[in-house]
Amino acid sequence: MKELMLIIVGSALVNNVVLSQFLGLCPFLGVSKKTETAAGMGGAVIFVITLSSFVTGVIYQFILVPAHMEYLQTIVFILVIAALVQFVEMFLKKAMPSLYQALGVYLPLITTNCAVLGVALINVQKEYNILQGTVNGFATAVGFTLSIIVMAGIREKIEYNDIPEAFRGFPIVLITAGLMAIAFFGFSGLI
Amino acid sequence: MKANTPSERLLNGIIKENPTFVLMLGMCPTLAVTTSAVNGIGMGLTTTAVLAASNLLISLLRKFIPDGVRMPAFIVVVASFVTIVQMLLEGFLPALYASLGLYIPLIVVNCIILGRAEAYASKNPPLPSLFDGIGMGLGFTLSITCIGAVRELIGAGQLFGHQILPLADAAAGKMGYEPITIFILAPGAFFVLALLAAIQNKFKLGAAKRGIDPSNPDKCGGACASCGNSMCKGGKHQ
Repeated sequence: MKELMLIIVGSALVNNVVLSQFLGLCPFLGVSKKTETAAGMGGAVIFVITLSSFVTGVIYQFILVPAHMEYLQTIVFILVIAALVQFVEMFLKKAMPSLYQALGVYLPLITTNCAVLGVALINVQKEYNILQGTVNGFATAVGFTLSIIVMAGIREKIEYNDIPEAFRGFPIVLITAGLMAIAFFGFSGLI
Repeated sequence: MKANTPSERLLNGIIKENPTFVLMLGMCPTLAVTTSAVNGIGMGLTTTAVLAASNLLISLLRKFIPDGVRMPAFIVVVASFVTIVQMLLEGFLPALYASLGLYIPLIVVNCIILGRAEAYASKNPPLPSLFDGIGMGLGFTLSITCIGAVRELIGAGQLFGHQILPLADAAAGKMGYEPITIFILAPGAFFVLALLAAIQNKFKLGAAKRGIDPSNPDKCGGACASCGNSMCKGGKHQ
């Protein structure tokens, strides 16, 4: 139990997926203009990463390792993730239309989110078992959601500020992200 | 210059449509591995190899891949080359393999590669596609090496692993450079890229004021959203 707590705190706060590992940067910069859309993206990411880290964990442990084909992990994982996202989209559309309404737009974008593949590979690299891997996936996604929502909140306020012309748009967002990364250094004492 | 000749493609990738500074693609490796100039070159050349090989193969196969499954097919091609390159690096350049680590398999999801496959290689003959891949790859290599060099110089006073600025030594009473370590850490990556993007904006604004059309093919709007869109188009066909 203590080990799982360490994984959660480590992945969600200390080694934040966006601010210290630079994974999932594209949606972080692209979909963080409004708090609601950021929360929607975060929800979709939590859902997909938790599920995909479970599925890739199962496939790695029970198919690739017994067949001695660990070297195929990159190809297998990316295909599984792409198929999974499609499947989740179709399933939600049929079974839970209200959830689909909320997350639908963000789901196709997730295949190119490098955090999903990144978490699957980190789980293998750190030799997590399936439970630890799934918990790590969930915690990583929570860390992503936390930072994208904070970012969106800051960007909504930045709109009203007088920013030098050259820094408007992309540059000021990057500087904000840099300052957030410094703030997240504060968590490194937790473990 | 005539379009689609090898030299035109090389120049296009390196300058006109530079993937990092003009198209703003592939931000994750751009920020993650640029802690030093050497890492930048390593990552850049690895990506170039994958990009050139996958562009060539996709261009050769462009008449055989059905339109509906082209995205999954592209992903399989790219992932295979990434796996090959990963094994070669592990065997022959273990030091670089260790320092790039997780970011080598993540080349698969680099928007530049799928973006070029979709936008160029799937519509053009093999030779220009190969040179398009090499040009784009070299443009990417050049940009991330520059970012890496800036970070390394400010953060450690070094360039390509050589001490350029003599370090201060308080114990010996020697004056010198105090490295700003934060530039090697995560926040420094954001700051350096922000400054470079701001400088680029400044030039664009200047060009706009002089009445020149700042040919800005900002296809991705600073995000991979449009690559994601092309992905979902591919997905919807299934």
